[in-house]
Amino acid sequence: MGRYLGRKAVLYALTFFVAVTVNWMIPRFMPGDPVRTMLGRASVSDPQARAAMEDHYARLFGLDVPLWKQYLGFWGSLIQGDLGTSVWLFPTPVTEVLLDAVPYTLVLLLPAILLSWVAGNRFGAFAARNRWLDNTALPVSYLLTATPYMWLGVLLAWGLGVVAGWFPATGAYSFALTPAFTWEFLSDALAHWVLPFLSLFLVAFGGWAIGMRNLIIYELEADYSAYLRALGAPRRLVRRYAFRNAMLPQITGLALQLGTIVAGSLLTEVVFAYPGLGSLILEALNNRDFFLLQGAFLFIVTGVLIANLVVDVLYVVVDPRTRIQMQGGA
Amino acid sequence: MASRARALPAALAAVVLAAAACTSESDGGGGYPRAQTLYTSGTQWGPPSTWNPLAKSQYATGTVGYVYEPLFLYDPMEDEYRPWLAEEGEWTGEDTYSLTIRDGIEWSDGEAFTAEDVAYTVELGRIDAVPYSNLWDWLEGVEVVNERELEFTFSEPRRQEWANWLYNEAIVPEHVWSGRSEDEVVNDPNEDPVGTGPYAYETHGQDRMVWAKRDDWWATEQLDLDVRPEYIVDIVNSTNDAALTMLTQGEIDLSNNFLPGIDRTLEASPEITSYYDEPPYMLSANTTWLVPNTEREPMDDPEFRRALAHAVDPQAIADGPYGGIVAPADPTGLLPAWEQYVDQDLVEEEGFSHDPEEARSILEEAGYTENADGMFATPDGDPVALELIVPSGWTDWMEAADIVAESAAEAGIDITVEFPDDAALQDARATGDFDLLFNNERQISNTPWTYYDYMFRLPVQEQQTTVNFGRYENEEAWELTEELARVDVEDTERIAELTSQLQEIHFAETPVIPLWYNGLWSQVNESVWTNWPSDASDTPPWFPTTWRNYNQMGAVLTLTEIEPVSG
Repeated sequence: MGRYLGRKAVLYALTFFVAVTVNWMIPRFMPGDPVRTMLGRASVSDPQARAAMEDHYARLFGLDVPLWKQYLGFWGSLIQGDLGTSVWLFPTPVTEVLLDAVPYTLVLLLPAILLSWVAGNRFGAFAARNRWLDNTALPVSYLLTATPYMWLGVLLAWGLGVVAGWFPATGAYSFALTPAFTWEFLSDALAHWVLPFLSLFLVAFGGWAIGMRNLIIYELEADYSAYLRALGAPRRLVRRYAFRNAMLPQITGLALQLGTIVAGSLLTEVVFAYPGLGSLILEALNNRDFFLLQGAFLFIVTGVLIANLVVDVLYVVVDPRTRIQMQGGA
Repeated sequence: MASRARALPAALAAVVLAAAACTSESDGGGGYPRAQTLYTSGTQWGPPSTWNPLAKSQYATGTVGYVYEPLFLYDPMEDEYRPWLAEEGEWTGEDTYSLTIRDGIEWSDGEAFTAEDVAYTVELGRIDAVPYSNLWDWLEGVEVVNERELEFTFSEPRRQEWANWLYNEAIVPEHVWSGRSEDEVVNDPNEDPVGTGPYAYETHGQDRMVWAKRDDWWATEQLDLDVRPEYIVDIVNSTNDAALTMLTQGEIDLSNNFLPGIDRTLEASPEITSYYDEPPYMLSANTTWLVPNTEREPMDDPEFRRALAHAVDPQAIADGPYGGIVAPADPTGLLPAWEQYVDQDLVEEEGFSHDPEEARSILEEAGYTENADGMFATPDGDPVALELIVPSGWTDWMEAADIVAESAAEAGIDITVEFPDDAALQDARATGDFDLLFNNERQISNTPWTYYDYMFRLPVQEQQTTVNFGRYENEEAWELTEELARVDVEDTERIAELTSQLQEIHFAETPVIPLWYNGLWSQVNESVWTNWPSDASDTPPWFPTTWRNYNQMGAVLTLTEIEPVSG
């Protein structure tokens, strides 16, 4: 077990290293220059003043030293949690900008991922044994999972937000309120949260439901199920075994799907003007704020890696066979 | 298991319904009371990140105007300077100016506002990175005479430019700022700003900036002015659609966004109004020019530029992509606010208008020859093939560029249109790596000097970042412009004389081709606040806008005039 986890940890550390390095490279080798952006904004035309400012900003963004030093320096400040200064929201530090946005993204993502996974699996397993449900709910699930997050988001915003007027279609809380732990603010924030959450939840829900339904049917036709049935075991018991076996690929699937869901949530945030990382990334791109972009990606990469690690560990806990294999191997 | 599976959707539906119920409940109380809150949008393109009045294109909406105030306000409608923090100012000699500040003004932290604060603000210009650092090219010194009086000595008395400084730049408190390093003066976000103005920082979020009214604003006592909204919530721009929806639903009172198709909304909904109730609906804020790169062939030939000016069709642009919410520009390009300086006789004689035939004959006379396909080639026989660049995503400009290319083709000038992203375009513009582009980076001001300064400023540098993107060099025109800067603001006759000469050069040389006047985009929903500025005589004579640098032109006074609908 320890060895298994150790091997995984090394793998993850390596992935992290490569991700950070690529992340560092992208802004530096992309066209566009943050110093010029700042100068353009300052509207200074006197050549001497310009040169002075150019130096000033190059120093400020740490662009005045050789590349290898910049790279080492990047790691150094990364460890201290310093991701540089945002160009777009100058002079706010990138870390501060990100920390403002991350809660919104998490509050959308975590419930959407977990609830859709749990609910989708239950529903899929349930649908698999009911012909009527299988015939009606399954096509809907296919439709849902094939829907791009953003498109469903637009539909929901239009249908439930604008036409029906049940939920606010944009923002995280109403403009008349300030964040506070009051019933009024929380209910308002919840109302704003429903639509973006639903658009993420529904698409992922459809995917899990289909996967589970297929897996259950496959498991029910496996030899052990036939054997159990031949022994006269109750249907309930057979199904429980089938469900537990079918869960395993779904756990792996969760690890694989994380990236897609995160990417989807970024688009969803843009649709609903939800002030999370997604909206931030879009603005960072539009404003060529590479430091912010770099920081946002780093957050996402780290988040996905951690989630994967959790799933990996969970897999060991859930599947006795991996445990036994590892003990046998060790 | 089965029962649980069914319970989940039901539970979810319950949550959803509960949440829906909450929204309808919460409309009533709490938060900022709707009837006392003004919702605005259209200025802020990202989360508020700085309250530093020196970050001129970035400070949170209202930082200058609501918190920091200038010495004078300039009223462009009446062409008048209104003493603000200053009580009076006058030229006491050829190069000396004396200024008296108002008595009894306090900063929001309770300290007195004194002449030292003004001197300190002026001295900040010695820092290169401060936007008005060029002030010290022609200002020699500032001396504090006593607590309320200052004397300025100039090495070169540029009176128009000085008048421009007096109303444009906000005064900052020395006692708060004096501990800051040069770097901090320019780059500090200046959270919790201490100012003299009617509002104070309340809070901000990623998508908003909230100001709260301050009870002890000096102008309430001294000028009997009272800002009506208790709170101002400025909403960060997201999309045009979102802004339009919020405006029509009454969630935004004053929208200064450019909303394509707003003319239809204005006609259809009585509660949504704009400055004029017929086309072009909006006041004019700046001129969009077609800027040819005069360092490249054949744009280095004034005859070619003149032909190009005859080839383009501004009316088609105003009618097409803008649906009539902008007006085609006068050939001089001078904004309607400067109408008194337009030399009408000259315009009649030498101005240009859309006339493809005239464009062709100018080109033929200048030795350009027509190819078999009807397109012109230079006198040397090279085909003319130009590229017009417009930032990608600026849909109105992109359509306008297509129209320019079409109408130029009609006159035999081959223009193709490219849409690079904005940053790439700025690069190309600064280094002169382009054929043709659109630009509108000069707003309305107290003097046409700012307009000609844009057109003729010399010397042309390696990087042209703010003015004269076409890299046009004409010593005579620049001398006239500098002379214009020195004319006293009262001497309108001399100003008219000089601008007339500049117009003549403009027509003969056409370094830029005026196309249309961009609107001071402003649409209001009158369901909560009324008495907004309009061209009707019984409404306030101020600009209905929250755009940066307009508060110094009296836009802030709009807040003292609007009236709540309920009580």
